[in-house]
Amino acid sequence: MGERSKMEQKMAYLDNAATTRVCQAAAEAAARMMRECFGNPSSLHALGVASARELMKSREAAAALLGCQEECVVFTSGGSESNNLAIFGASQAKIRRGKKIVTTAAEHSSVAAAMKRLSETGFQVTYVAPDASGCVDPQAIADAVDSETTLVSMMLVNNETGAIFPVQETAQLIRRKNPETLIHCDGVQAFGKLPLRVSRMDVDLMSVSGHKICGPKGSGALYVRRGARILPLIYGGGQERGLRSGTESLPMIAAFGAACAELSGKVPENLKRVQALSGMLREKLAAIEGVRINSPEDASPYILNISVPGYRSETMLHFLESRGVYVSSGSACSKGAASPVLEAMGLSPRLIDSALRVSMIYDTTQEELLQLVQGLREGISSVAHR
Amino acid sequence: MKELILLKCGELALKGLNRHTFEDALIKNCRRRLESLGKFRICKAQSTIYVEPQADDIDLDEAVDRLQKVFGVAALTRAGIVPKDFPQIRAFAVEYLRRELSRAKTFKVEAKRSDKAFPMKSPEICMETGAALLEAYPHLKVDVHHPDVTVYVEIREVAAYVHVDQLPGAGGLPVGTSGSAALLISGGIDSPVAGYMMAKRGLRLIAVHFVSPPYTSEHALEKVKTLCRKLTPWCGRISLFVVPFTEMQEAIRDCCPEEYFTIIMRRCMMKIAERIALENGCEALITGESVAQVASQTVQAIACTDIACQMPVLRPAIGMDKDEIVRIAYKIDTFDTSILPYEDCCTVFTPKHPKTKPRLEQVLQAEEHLELDTLLQKCIDGTESEMIG
Repeated sequence: MGERSKMEQKMAYLDNAATTRVCQAAAEAAARMMRECFGNPSSLHALGVASARELMKSREAAAALLGCQEECVVFTSGGSESNNLAIFGASQAKIRRGKKIVTTAAEHSSVAAAMKRLSETGFQVTYVAPDASGCVDPQAIADAVDSETTLVSMMLVNNETGAIFPVQETAQLIRRKNPETLIHCDGVQAFGKLPLRVSRMDVDLMSVSGHKICGPKGSGALYVRRGARILPLIYGGGQERGLRSGTESLPMIAAFGAACAELSGKVPENLKRVQALSGMLREKLAAIEGVRINSPEDASPYILNISVPGYRSETMLHFLESRGVYVSSGSACSKGAASPVLEAMGLSPRLIDSALRVSMIYDTTQEELLQLVQGLREGISSVAHR
Repeated sequence: MKELILLKCGELALKGLNRHTFEDALIKNCRRRLESLGKFRICKAQSTIYVEPQADDIDLDEAVDRLQKVFGVAALTRAGIVPKDFPQIRAFAVEYLRRELSRAKTFKVEAKRSDKAFPMKSPEICMETGAALLEAYPHLKVDVHHPDVTVYVEIREVAAYVHVDQLPGAGGLPVGTSGSAALLISGGIDSPVAGYMMAKRGLRLIAVHFVSPPYTSEHALEKVKTLCRKLTPWCGRISLFVVPFTEMQEAIRDCCPEEYFTIIMRRCMMKIAERIALENGCEALITGESVAQVASQTVQAIACTDIACQMPVLRPAIGMDKDEIVRIAYKIDTFDTSILPYEDCCTVFTPKHPKTKPRLEQVLQAEEHLELDTLLQKCIDGTESEMIG
């Protein structure tokens, strides 16, 4: 059961795509940076130097998990900030080359909202929709790119369905069409879960978040390829190579670094384990009449999107909660709004209305998944429905 | 699919009877550099070194990256291992080189056959392989003069190897085959570059750095440690000697004429570095000096500094322009660290009007005011060392 307390033994927390519980090492790192190693990394005295060293260690750990050089890591307050920095930073930096942007219709709200803002300020944004299987066609994206396209933003793992988008393939097509276009990838749901070597991918920018990998909320980073020029969002003392000013939040950063270090070398074996669990879950769910699986077969095993037609998402969510099972209804960020991603996939309103997202983390147990299956069975037979 | 990395040795081929010593040193260095990635079998045959991973999950991309920074390698290539059976070789070539051949428009095949017992001769191997590739990739055309991609098929003793064009190696001679030298490292742009250039000629490095608290901060020392770390993929592990220089600097300021501050300070640094070098089995010193770059580096000033010690002082950057040095600093990834603004030893106590063309007699006279031997000994006694890498 790992770190769960006795009191929580009956809880099946299956909403890890929304957020995860901070691991012990990360929590300890944060506490240490708050009370003991509290110097400002820019201070010239020994306290500052000690903090600067911690900052460097955290950067090394994050870079190792990303698969890139330390210099390419810019610490931010999380995925949303990284996405904003990438999108506004890139589009502004390249504004003289063009004002066209291409993205998908399946992005996270922090990307979608930023794109919306851009389209209101004179940029032309093209949205490429996913097909019925939830996947995006690389050629469709490349076709939308022309000589005036300065930025393409495409996520790697969709947060609602777990669908893995063909980023590398798409990036290669984009490079051939317009080598000047900057390529941004929202890697928040892939980081620490799928094996990543971002320096070997053809992307210029990648967003990652701490609280999806057992780090704290308020931590994250943006990978910026060597030579890729973007403008900052936050101006000030020039920290993070000028791309993100402000005294570095070492409690958050060190905790993030510790969470990354915990995963070092473990990503492939975790993936195998979760793959087996996901396979088992899909089998059990397929056996329940009334449950439909929305996620494609080859999605990230960490996320499974299902629908229970006739049973409203929120109702089923609360029922499962009463059985100790915690899941999400579609994306946690939408707060009741219909999922644009499932809509773009062409799912019927009946399916969208009843969609639930089950998401695992490294120490999710079989028992928890069985608890979910049991809860669903009970819910289907007892909850009022159409 | 089994893969390995082939290393082609450079100047080593010229070394005649000494070749084995060089090759063995190169193999030892490769082994050390790859140790943390997993188990490799490394052996040599006919001026090629074979680096074979012994497990399936070893990150070969990373291994190639690291081997590209090992001195003594002229070129390297990643190759697929196939049994010496032509139908298998042919089929393998089609699959293994899919990525390169799908992108290319023209190609040619080169065959090398060191196993003379193999039933096909090299031209035949080329033709048959070429035919198979043309069939599998109808868009390809053969161009024997300027092909986009060259496919190599090598039939060796144990197996056949299939690969495409080679990657450039780091060149130079294996670290350690030319002896050892002490690098005076300041944290500026030039000295790490000088260290890299001499390691490239086969010298093992130790590093000597002077600190003057409270005039210099710990950040400056951290910066130097980072620079040494950046050098280790090329130069191997570096022992860093940190010399306490405050008392010496203050004595120079108190006792010597102002225009000689810098030159006397540099002479003292050379003397101390020479002592450390001798104590650690080094035969030379290395500095990043380049003629006329700064006031203390006129030919006359360098002459005065040079004479301070008996050991040869190697100055690989002596004839280089700043931008040539900077280019190397970018390549070895030390530039960004070097330009961090932490006060280093040399700029403290800078005279307003330095003597740009000092005469040795005057310098010696100025030095007479100092109790040199005592001060130098104190510096040596207080020196601390740390292994980097």
